[in-house]
Amino acid sequence: MIRAVLLLAMLTVASAVWSDTDTDTELTDPALNQRYSTLIREIRCPLCKNESIADSGAPIAADLRREVRRKLVDGASDAEIKDFLVQRYGDFILYRPRFTPETWALWLGPFVLLGVGGFVFWRVLRARRGQTLDEPFDEDAEA
Amino acid sequence: MWRYAIPLVLLGVIGAFFYRGLSLDPNDVPSALLNRSIPEFSLPALGDPSRQVGSQDLKGKVALLNVWGTWCVECRHEHGFLLQLARAGVPIYGFNLKDDRASSLDWLATLGNPYVTSAFDEDGTVAIDWGVTAAPETFLIGRDGTVLFKHISPMTAAVWQRDFVPLLERECKGTADCPFLAAAGGQ
Repeated sequence: MIRAVLLLAMLTVASAVWSDTDTDTELTDPALNQRYSTLIREIRCPLCKNESIADSGAPIAADLRREVRRKLVDGASDAEIKDFLVQRYGDFILYRPRFTPETWALWLGPFVLLGVGGFVFWRVLRARRGQTLDEPFDEDAEA
Repeated sequence: MWRYAIPLVLLGVIGAFFYRGLSLDPNDVPSALLNRSIPEFSLPALGDPSRQVGSQDLKGKVALLNVWGTWCVECRHEHGFLLQLARAGVPIYGFNLKDDRASSLDWLATLGNPYVTSAFDEDGTVAIDWGVTAAPETFLIGRDGTVLFKHISPMTAAVWQRDFVPLLERECKGTADCPFLAAAGGQ
């Protein structure tokens, strides 16, 4: 168990170091560095669409990382940086799109579907109430 | 009756979603700038670093802005068609992205220069304001300085006819702002 936990911890550290070294050096301020690593994992590379800009090797990903760093050092908030990118690349650039009228369907759709499913389930259960099974349920047969 | 109606309606709804969803191209992400004003910028000109090219040059006329670089293979592919458009009189502004000045000028001297002028964005900072992801990309800019369309990947005659000409015809209807339209394949 302990070995497994240690291995997992080592793997986590290894991947973090790996993805930070490609073009960038660590920011001197650890808090800023932490925000930087979180941000670049939440920003999608607009060219290679299924990678974050932390993972992508595309030139545009490097440019966007540089822009994010520059803004962090200049004192911009996370929200300001995300706004900056959404204005230029659209909601698509965020792996967690914001809750706006355009993304309502995206955020609420699953809950609507869950509600519809629950309603159907409830209807089916209610229709079956009072009905008896033809045969008694046999637990052993099920296993 | 209900028993049969619900699954049928559901099938219809799911079918409609699939029909729409499967005909969409997931790579086709429209520009966030669409129908918005072009970003303000000013960059040194490729041919003459002492001169500036910027949003002021693009406003008040119908024009194309073409993002290119000598490192971009597909740009070479579309170059011939850009020259053809330029010969028809279409004003094309170049946006030279993350490139080397000498090789860019050499490229234009060898292959021909379709651009009115080219802006030189050495580190790609202004390109981010335009929402550029790579080259080649081509923006269609309207008279009032709004982005009417953005095409990602090489320009071809087919793309021009399908996407650009109808927008240009609408933009220039009853005006003399697109004198090139007839020569470039429009009405």
